[in-house]
Amino acid sequence: MKTSQPIDAFGRDLSQEVKESVYSSSKAKYDKRIGALNAGYIAPDSLRKLAGQIKQHTLENLPSYLESAIGKLEANGAKVHYAKDGEEANATILGIMNAAGATKLIKSKSMVSEEIHLNAFLENNGCESVESDLGEFIVQLDHDMPSHIVTPIVHKNRQQIATTFEKMGLGDYNDDPTTITRRARTYLRKKYLEAEVGLTGANFVSAESGRIVLVTNEGNARFSICANRIHIVLVGIEKLVPRDKDLALFLNLLARSATGQQLTVYTQFINGPKAPDQIDGPGEMHVVFLDNGRSEILAGEFQSILRCIRCGACLNVCPVYRQTSGHAYRAVYPGPVGAVLSPLLAGKRYPEFADLPKASSLCGACNEVCPVDIPLPELLLRHRNKSKLEHIQKASAGTPPLGGWAVLCSTPSMWKSTLTLGKVMDYVPMKLVPVPAVQAWTQTRTLPPFRGGKFRGWYKEHRKHDSGNNQ
Amino acid sequence: MDQQCFLDNIRAAVARNAKPSPTPLPEWDPAMVTSQLAPDTDSDSASLWETFCQRFRAVNGQTIEGIGPLIALLLNADAKHGYLAPELNGPLAGPLQNAGITLESAIDTTRIDDYAFGITRAAGIIAETGSVVINESSTPSRLGALAPWIHVTLIDANTKVFATLVDAIKDLGDEPYVVFATGPSKTADVEGILIEGVHGPGMQICLRL
Ligand code: SF4
Repeated sequence: MKTSQPIDAFGRDLSQEVKESVYSSSKAKYDKRIGALNAGYIAPDSLRKLAGQIKQHTLENLPSYLESAIGKLEANGAKVHYAKDGEEANATILGIMNAAGATKLIKSKSMVSEEIHLNAFLENNGCESVESDLGEFIVQLDHDMPSHIVTPIVHKNRQQIATTFEKMGLGDYNDDPTTITRRARTYLRKKYLEAEVGLTGANFVSAESGRIVLVTNEGNARFSICANRIHIVLVGIEKLVPRDKDLALFLNLLARSATGQQLTVYTQFINGPKAPDQIDGPGEMHVVFLDNGRSEILAGEFQSILRCIRCGACLNVCPVYRQTSGHAYRAVYPGPVGAVLSPLLAGKRYPEFADLPKASSLCGACNEVCPVDIPLPELLLRHRNKSKLEHIQKASAGTPPLGGWAVLCSTPSMWKSTLTLGKVMDYVPMKLVPVPAVQAWTQTRTLPPFRGGKFRGWYKEHRKHDSGNNQ
Repeated sequence: MDQQCFLDNIRAAVARNAKPSPTPLPEWDPAMVTSQLAPDTDSDSASLWETFCQRFRAVNGQTIEGIGPLIALLLNADAKHGYLAPELNGPLAGPLQNAGITLESAIDTTRIDDYAFGITRAAGIIAETGSVVINESSTPSRLGALAPWIHVTLIDANTKVFATLVDAIKDLGDEPYVVFATGPSKTADVEGILIEGVHGPGMQICLRL
């Protein structure tokens, strides 16, 4: 099997069990998505196009939408902070905690906090930072990485989770999923109540009202702003939508695309600190806008990837993701979205991730399911082109040298004579051709008998015939 | 980083990528986003309630009408002590206490698991999605509506009934905090198996009086 690309090697070595679980969970989510979209709409595709256009418009006008959101947030009583990169965002969050004399933070699921490695940073600075989404909590206990942006532990089974719980003192070994969930409920409840600070991400921010919109099924984002004094929202600049009314479109699409639901269980609209006569909830709200390479992306040919609403549908449909799992992508964002985004977010470390855009058959399924119509295959091709132009070795691992092929294709006389000799291919034992890529390719495939080279003759004959008839 | 520098970077980035034909902000008709599951636009209140019940049950919510069925449900679930939002004392405290159910009007976080149920008012319901609207004005204690295993929301003549999600979003107003709760808290993180009652209520009930 061809293993010169890291992702291939990862897929080859992946246990059958994980492979099956990733495959079946992806397939189930894919089926549910189609079911939910078709049950809801006669022409769901038109919604994707509309959402894509709104997001694209927002990106092209991001400064004015950000200004508007900032103005509203401040007017609503939130304090707004700005972080150029992860380091600044982490320092800002720690600064807020220090100023409040807080050492305990509870965190609802947020991909952007994974991106900046917030947990490790806070822990290194003497603070506790606890993940409250069940999957992320298990990932944290295991010092693991999420392998999917919506369902972070699809690579784990109940026995592994039960073992972790036992090891961490959450009860005797018990692999019943209900018991696992109840134990997490009990444990995390204490953490919610102890934490002074709740940190959430944001699925959307309305530029019109400054409203932060958050969705979770478990209720962890609700609990994270219930018993604590301070709410910190960490949000990438691309999460803006122009108007409140647009939220209806995006919420409908997000729930259906991510989990096949009509609407996520809890949809929260947060418009500032708690009301004065509300007993529970944070009286202090901070919003940290994070750039972390996004403005660079905004300026370039990959801009449209910033439309992403992190639904995970492109992962679920991708044949490469299904065979290799999210960890194969070695970054916070896996699957097709990750193959485009991770090299960009890596900044100077772009070459390290330059192989990821090769991990695609360019079948186009990711674009078809994307609720914001991101042309993912086209963006993957642009990456390949960029890597080629920048001579990044990692991007061409496992690719046979194609210089000879290029000369052949661009020289008509050579092409013509090669075609007349094409039949010879039928007698060459391909497995003996000393090119690793050819050997790998033919290990699981056979070439059909050569049938090329006849068109030119046929065309010549017919033209002769046609011009004879026209005279 | 200060706001000026932060925004200047983004302005410069956008300017570097200015498109010859910028993408306009599309207008869209609410009908386009409203699903086929939504009630007809001219539905009367009875059919809106009917659709809501259907959609709410589809997400494993339960609807009950009257105090008797509420008492039966609580006793059946062995929920004999809970939180009742103070403003609902009038209609509910007497009958519940007469049935042997004890009530508190504030949540003591040191005894968070003592509250088997929480009863608060619903600010609204959304027929299209089967959601209950909870906001600061309707719910004096966020914990009272979230921490207990059973959350009952009271629907009465003051409850707003929205036909669609679009309508409910249009009505968000100046509320600092609004939640659309569409069924009980749930997860499928462990092997894709659906489990209800993760951090929030395992039972979401609508009580219509
Ligand atoms: S790229 Fe599209 S399909 Fe993939 S996660 Fe983002 S929004 Fe979803």
